[in-house]
Formats: sequence, structure tokens, C-alpha cells
Amino acid sequence: MTDVQKQDPNKTVLHAKHLEAGAKMVDFHGWEMPINYGSQIEEHHAVRQDAGMFDVSHMTIVDIKGDDAKAFLRRLVINDVAKLDVAGKALYTGMCNPEGGVIDDLIVYFFTDTDYRLVVNSATREKDLAWLNAQSADFDVTITERPEFAMIAVQGPTAKDKVATLLNDAQKAAVEGMKPFFSVQADDLFIATTGYTGEAGYEIALPAEQAADLWQQLLDAGVKPCGLGARDTLRLEAGMNLYGLDMDETISPLAANMAWTISWDDEDRNFVGKDVIAEQRAAGDQPKLVGLVLEEKGVLRSGLKVVTPHGEGTITSGTFSPTLGHSIAMARVPRAVKLEDTVQVEMRKKLVDVKVIKPSFVRNGKKVC
Amino acid sequence: MSNIPSELKYATSHEWVRNEGDGIVTVGITEHAQELLGDMVFVELPEVGDTVSTGDDCAVAESVKAASDIYAPVTGEIVEVNEDLEDSPELVNSDAFGDGWMFKVKLDDPAELDALLDAEGYQNSIDEE
Repeated sequence: MTDVQKQDPNKTVLHAKHLEAGAKMVDFHGWEMPINYGSQIEEHHAVRQDAGMFDVSHMTIVDIKGDDAKAFLRRLVINDVAKLDVAGKALYTGMCNPEGGVIDDLIVYFFTDTDYRLVVNSATREKDLAWLNAQSADFDVTITERPEFAMIAVQGPTAKDKVATLLNDAQKAAVEGMKPFFSVQADDLFIATTGYTGEAGYEIALPAEQAADLWQQLLDAGVKPCGLGARDTLRLEAGMNLYGLDMDETISPLAANMAWTISWDDEDRNFVGKDVIAEQRAAGDQPKLVGLVLEEKGVLRSGLKVVTPHGEGTITSGTFSPTLGHSIAMARVPRAVKLEDTVQVEMRKKLVDVKVIKPSFVRNGKKVC
Repeated sequence: MSNIPSELKYATSHEWVRNEGDGIVTVGITEHAQELLGDMVFVELPEVGDTVSTGDDCAVAESVKAASDIYAPVTGEIVEVNEDLEDSPELVNSDAFGDGWMFKVKLDDPAELDALLDAEGYQNSIDEE
């Protein structure tokens, strides 16, 4: 492997491995990424039943260090990083603009009060970095993007066991007994028990020049390469939001099933967007993001209109669920719509009945709804 | 490059047509079409006894990616549909020109077959897309 800095910026360091595995490549917000390696449904099942891996090197890793790192993040994100008191602990949350719209969702990894890591979306990389830099003006922090890292997500019920066969003794000891939403730096591997599938597994960041070797070792260990197609059906079954579809800068976290990622505990903490979101919360007038289930034929798709007795809503993400064998969706609907209600979706000029449930369909291989 | 069998006829809208003799043809979608659509999840077929005219949307192939209309490549009566697709829509992906067939039509006018593309003509129409 030669100097990774000379790689085309729109191809990850694993690009050649994808082609070698027969990937169909597509443009994903300026990155040439695998959509599938043949069948996205087979890839989906591999993650639910065994182990699959995703190249997520396009995602943006940003390290936040300095005396004010904690204070800066308590201002920046809607959850409270002060909750994090065990080294390696991770937190899912969002950062909002002053109007209370979601700029991005992200994971914060805590190491010390002066040392954090963020992983943000690739599609929002430029505006996120600009926002971070602008917001940091009054804080003593350094913000460092880490493009020299590749990242591989290994997910599925056997993912951890398969990864363990590739680790040295020190690394095995480091990940021993790790709970969900933790991370550890083990030699060159930054290993986190996070993911975007609803299965156990790791997200592993490592120096880009080592990524192709790890990918090959994982392949040899029986981990199936999975593309963005399966990534989308898996995250949707798990009820996880996709930025740009399920929320954006015009959407309140309260309307995106992200209320649980906001911390109100410390009344003195003034996070960006707090005033607006607090008002919305008191008024209780924001729409909400729910799950929809269609048990007959057909596939719910993003953008379709939802008709309810309380007014109209919109499907934000929809797909066929390979695990459940029917279609599922997330939809933003009036707050008065209740779980277990039957509402209608306009599909191919017909109104079709769908059931409203919590937006979580499958966890650890099993049906939730 | 997709497989395009030379013994079949084609429509530019990606259906293939096999002449079974006795005025009956079998219709499916091409290898190229299934590749574009991705994994098939539902196939909605016409009813046996329906009459269809060339260009009618008479079936729907719904994949993980999109719902796509299937157009009747010829005029006539539906005499058989592939019921295996009800439980195994993936046959369209795994064997587009074989077990993934969709329906059979009894032609009103057998001469209509001559108006369809041959393999070379279909290849050219794909290349122009």
C-alpha cells in the first residue's frame, strides 16, 4: 500500500476489495460505495443470522481535545456528555441549530474530560466541520478530522466471535466483556460496540493502510461483505434514523424520535437550540416519527402520503423488511396518532391500511413489533 | 454484459417473449432488467383470462429498490401465470429467462412477434440508454 493521501478522495481505501468481491458500486453523496455484492437480501440475512461487514470508511471521525472539550460538547449536542464518566463510553445524540433543527446525528465517544471522539455522517461532513469550528470559537479546544482512519463495521450474532479469531491476546483482553456502546483503543484498532443494524458487533477504526488486510482476514473468517442496500434495510428494521430522510435541519429532534437523546436534567446547561426545543416540548405540538407496518403486498416508500383522522403525514423511510417478509416504514405523523392505530398510505393511487407501531421492528434477529 | 439469448424476442421496455408455438408466447423480464431492479420482493401478475393489449401495464415487479410496471409486449389473452413467483419472487433474479417467467399470452395476431426486437436490436436499445 502506498501513500493513502494520494487516493482519490471519493474512493475509500477498500475500493479495490469491493470490486474484487463483485460489488455493484454507486455514488453515495460523492463517495463511490458498494450498494450490494449480488443480493442485498442475502447480505441482510447474513447480518441477522451470522456476520456481515460494511465499509464505513466514508464516515467522518473528528477528535475534540482541550481544556474546554467537555464544556464545548455540553453546548454543542442535545444530550449531556457530563453523563459520560467511564472511559470509552459512547453516546448517541444530535446537534441542532439555534432554530432547533437537526444539523446531524452523531456518536460521541468519551475518553477523558479533555478528550472525545465524534463520528458524524459523511453526507454532512462539510457543514458539520464548519459548524463545529464556528461553535468552538469561544472554547479552548482543537478539532481534528481523522481521514487517515478507515472504518469497518462487523455486525451479526457471530460477529464478535469471528473478530476475536483475528485479535492478539492484548486486544482480546481489551474487548473482553465490553458492554454495548463502549469503545477501546487496542493497539492500532479502535474497537467500539456500536453499529447501525440492531445486532451485536463492532465498528472498528484503524489506520487506512491496514484496512484491506483486516477486510481480507474477516472475509477469510467467514464474514460476508454487505453493501449500502442491506445497511439501509437493517437500520430501518432496527428503527434507526437516516439523516437526510428521517430528519434534517428543518426538523426538530422531537419530531424525529430523538427526544430520548436530549438531556434536560441540568437546567443550567444551555445547548444550541434549547430555547426552541423547550418551547416545542411544552406545547406538545410537534409531529412524531412512528413505525408503519404493511402486511399485505407492496412496499412503503419514502415520500408517500399518510392519511390519518388527525391530518396528513409523510413516510420518511420505507422498505421491504427481509426479516419480517413484508414492508415497514418510518413516518412523520400528527402527534395525536396513537400506537396500534390503523392509518392509510396512498400507494399507486390506492389507499392501503397500515398499522402504527413504535419505530423499532427487529432487534437481535427477532421481531419486536 | 448481460446475457441476451438469441432465440427470444424483446421489447424496449425490457420484457422478453418466447414463441412456444400454437400461437402461445411466454413473457418475462430480461436479465438486464432484473439487474437494474435488484432483489425482487413481490410480483403482481395478471389474472388468467384477462385480455391485454400491446403496451398495457399488466404486471408489477416490486424490488427492494422500486416498483416497476411490466408492459404487455403483445396483444392477446392471458392463458397462464407463473404462480411460483407468489412465494419465490427471487426466481426473477436467479433465472430471469427460465423459472422467473411471468405469464403466457395467446396471441391475437401471431404476426405481432415480427415487430419485436431480436437479441441484437435489444442489445442496441440497452446501449442507447
